[in-house]
Amino acid sequence: MNEQNLKPDSSDRRAFLKAGAVATGTALAPGVLLFGVAQARAPGEPASDKVRWGMIIDTTKCASGCSDCVTACNTENGLSGATGPQDSQWIRKLNIRHLKSGVETSLPMLCQHCEHPPCVDVCPTGASMKRADGIVLVDRHTCIGCRYCMMACPYKARSFVHEPLTDQNPEVPRGKGCVESCTFCVQKVDRGENTTACVEACNAAGHKAMLFGDLNDPQSEIAQTMKTYATTEVRADLRLNTGVRYQGI
Amino acid sequence: MPSQEFCLSPRECKPGQFWSLLAVGGLVMLGTLAAFFYLEHHGHVMTGMNNQIVWGLPHVFAVFLIVAASGVLNVASIGSVFGKKMYKARAPLSGLLAIAMLAGGLAVLVLDLGRPDRLIVAMTHYNFKSIFALNMIFYNGFFAIVGLYLLTLMDRRLNHWSKPVGLLAFLWRLALTTATGSIFGFLVARAGYNSALYAPMFIIYSFAYGLAVFILVQSVMYKWNNIQVDERILSRLKNLLAIFIAACLYFTAVLHLTNMYFAKQWEFERFILLDGGIYPLLFWGGQVFLGGILPLVMIFSRAGKSPATVFFAALLVVLGGHFQMYVTIIGGQAFPLDLFPGYAESSSFFDGVVHGYTPTIWEFLLGIGGIATAFLITTAAVRVLKFMPQDDFKDIELEAH
Amino acid sequence: MARVLHNLIAWGLLVLLASLLMAPAAVMAGVNKPVLERGKGERCVEDTEFMRRNHMALLKHHRDDTMRRGIRTTKHSLKGCVDCHASSKTGSVAASKEDFCMACHVYTGVKLDCWDCHATKPMKQYRPAATPRVTPLMVQQQGGQQP
Ligand code: HEC
Ligand code: HEC
Ligand code: HEC
Repeated sequence: MNEQNLKPDSSDRRAFLKAGAVATGTALAPGVLLFGVAQARAPGEPASDKVRWGMIIDTTKCASGCSDCVTACNTENGLSGATGPQDSQWIRKLNIRHLKSGVETSLPMLCQHCEHPPCVDVCPTGASMKRADGIVLVDRHTCIGCRYCMMACPYKARSFVHEPLTDQNPEVPRGKGCVESCTFCVQKVDRGENTTACVEACNAAGHKAMLFGDLNDPQSEIAQTMKTYATTEVRADLRLNTGVRYQGI
Repeated sequence: MPSQEFCLSPRECKPGQFWSLLAVGGLVMLGTLAAFFYLEHHGHVMTGMNNQIVWGLPHVFAVFLIVAASGVLNVASIGSVFGKKMYKARAPLSGLLAIAMLAGGLAVLVLDLGRPDRLIVAMTHYNFKSIFALNMIFYNGFFAIVGLYLLTLMDRRLNHWSKPVGLLAFLWRLALTTATGSIFGFLVARAGYNSALYAPMFIIYSFAYGLAVFILVQSVMYKWNNIQVDERILSRLKNLLAIFIAACLYFTAVLHLTNMYFAKQWEFERFILLDGGIYPLLFWGGQVFLGGILPLVMIFSRAGKSPATVFFAALLVVLGGHFQMYVTIIGGQAFPLDLFPGYAESSSFFDGVVHGYTPTIWEFLLGIGGIATAFLITTAAVRVLKFMPQDDFKDIELEAH
Repeated sequence: MARVLHNLIAWGLLVLLASLLMAPAAVMAGVNKPVLERGKGERCVEDTEFMRRNHMALLKHHRDDTMRRGIRTTKHSLKGCVDCHASSKTGSVAASKEDFCMACHVYTGVKLDCWDCHATKPMKQYRPAATPRVTPLMVQQQGGQQP
């Protein structure tokens, strides 16, 4: 069922894995095993549009006042954590209060990795881009720092680097004069870890409010959740088909 | 021919004053360059711009210049396309100002980039879906077409081409302003911008701002050469300006009314028109009163026939244009995005609060660099070539009837 | 007298031209060539001579492959260059004028912007800035009021 996700030109190693999966798959839980096989991507293999990375955030589990996801993001990506008007914030905790009922909710807000990202549409040089697997990135080698994408983003998910930086994480280059935003921890995803720093931190704190995975893989936990529970897109009226969905609002 | 009697080319008259003009422009440019290198070194931390107000004072000046650049070409278009002799005599100056102001506006935009060193990237990588990239094509085309147009006007052998090229320039400038207005109109996410009216409104604004700049420059040039402007010419220019100002006011009213009654952008309209702090003040006091009502009153007052009154009315229109840009560009960003309609929002990233903006001297210096650029180009060109409007009074006599 | 002056100028020009022509040859011959610290390991990721001339093309190609397509091979990765070529003195490829990625570039007048963003030291020397300062979630009033 998921075997069509495998490239015909898969390496020997992967052919071996596949054979193993088919052999043991009938005896063991087939879904789980095949899921693992479909996700493994060799370093030389480009990101594929068979995959769409996404995230579901269960706001009922998100603790107000907890900002572990923010701290983890800052540590992973080498952000200072300062919150002045000119500082970068790739993920932030948003407190919302329903005006009529007064019900308060807390949730993390980050790049929503839209299928139809306005930032990509408006970027004059094509530096804002969407990878085949749905991750929206800024190619900071062609970003000229015009900030039109920041004007266009409905989620205020982007930050501009206002000053020279030093001692960056070698895995996460960042620098003055370019726009940046959440990358879904692309360095981790491409390493095959298939998770993000914020999700790990949320799990570690025991909240388990954030779930990361492949929306296109019907066996994945995230796709199953999507099918079972009602989830909301923020600013659904804009029809951007976001990759990040919220539960409980 | 009056051109024989008066000293029309400043070359022969007052070289000293020419150099002092250049010096003034150069001094401002020096300040701009200093600001540019300062910001290039320290980054945009030294400006008031931040992650909420991402476009600031430089963009106010730049967009004004670009919009006015396309508008100032109208004078030439009325001459070439609609065959009015009086305007035709002003076509070369109008074309020159168009090029100079566009260059000034674009210079500011480039100087404000986060990575101006990558300008070459902007020239070689185009995302054709982007209005911004489309604009760059329009801007480059504008230079080429208006340049060509100037050539057909100034070279007698090419004169017969001036009409078709003038028509092309006219159509091109309409497209250009439409595209400039669309930079804002396409920002669907923001309450203040998401309107199809932006493109036509920018065209109307450009008519008024362009003509006002033209009147200013022409007045100065006449004064410079001790020429008394003909009353009929002045009266026609000021009447046209009045029509454009009225159209601007009308369109502004329509924009806000549609926002209120059709788009239901109540919150935003209340912010920009009533309780948004500095922005309603700039809107009513700056854009509407100083830039609209007052110049109208001046033009139609009893003193309206004097060149000085017309000059100051035009000056007010230009000033009001800058207020309008400030309200549009910065006011539009200051109003917080509403991620969850029906909820109150708060966060460490300034969600749900009005975004503050305090410009610094550096961005002001960047901004006025655009005006200085346009000023220097115009001054230099006027000195070496004949851009001075030269009227044949017989034609004016004829057209008046 | 005039003739002497004339000759002088002509010869001066000739010498100038000749030295201009000779300059690249001098560079090729290795006059004043920057001294480079040898990279770690046996050999470079490609033929040394090839690397001297084409490293920029390799890097740009790999950069686009990684950024745009998510290809993560390590052979032509900039991180790899830094790992093998970091100086034993500064621990960096671009901290001083003698460091590997600076020496030739200073010599030939090439200026790179890569180090604005990319770390010049290998990953193993990276220490995340001691726990980033994160203010607890707070409502900030940024010179404005709730609309
Ligand atoms: C495995 C370690 C290793 C890696 C990775 C590596 N190099 Fe090298 N490199 C070397 C060694 C060793 C030499 C010296 C080879 C020799 O002297 O023949 C060298 C030589 C070079 C030279 C020629 C220096 C000279 O003497 O003129 C250049 C240029 C160069 N490397 C660039 C790069 C670039 C760019 C990268 C990244 C794409 C890179 N290297 C990655 C080990 C490495
Ligand atoms: C404004 C910041 C910025 C600048 C300047 C910059 N890069 Fe990058 N570079 C990045 C980012 C961000 C990535 C993506 C890293 C990732 O996804 O792992 C990257 C990735 C790369 C990669 C692929 C990853 C790797 O380590 O091999 C290469 C190669 C690369 N850049 C080369 C360059 C070169 C060469 C220059 C200078 C000419 C340069 N970059 C300048 C931000 C920058
Ligand atoms: C043997 C001398 C030498 C060494 C060592 C060297 N370079 Fe270069 N590099 C050059 C020369 C020469 C050029 C200019 C080529 C040109 O202009 O065509 C250049 C150009 C480049 C460019 C392209 C610059 C541009 O503006 O297009 C990049 C990127 C680059 N080098 C990266 C590196 C990195 C990274 C290292 C260290 C790992 C390195 N180089 C080490 C000689 C060297």
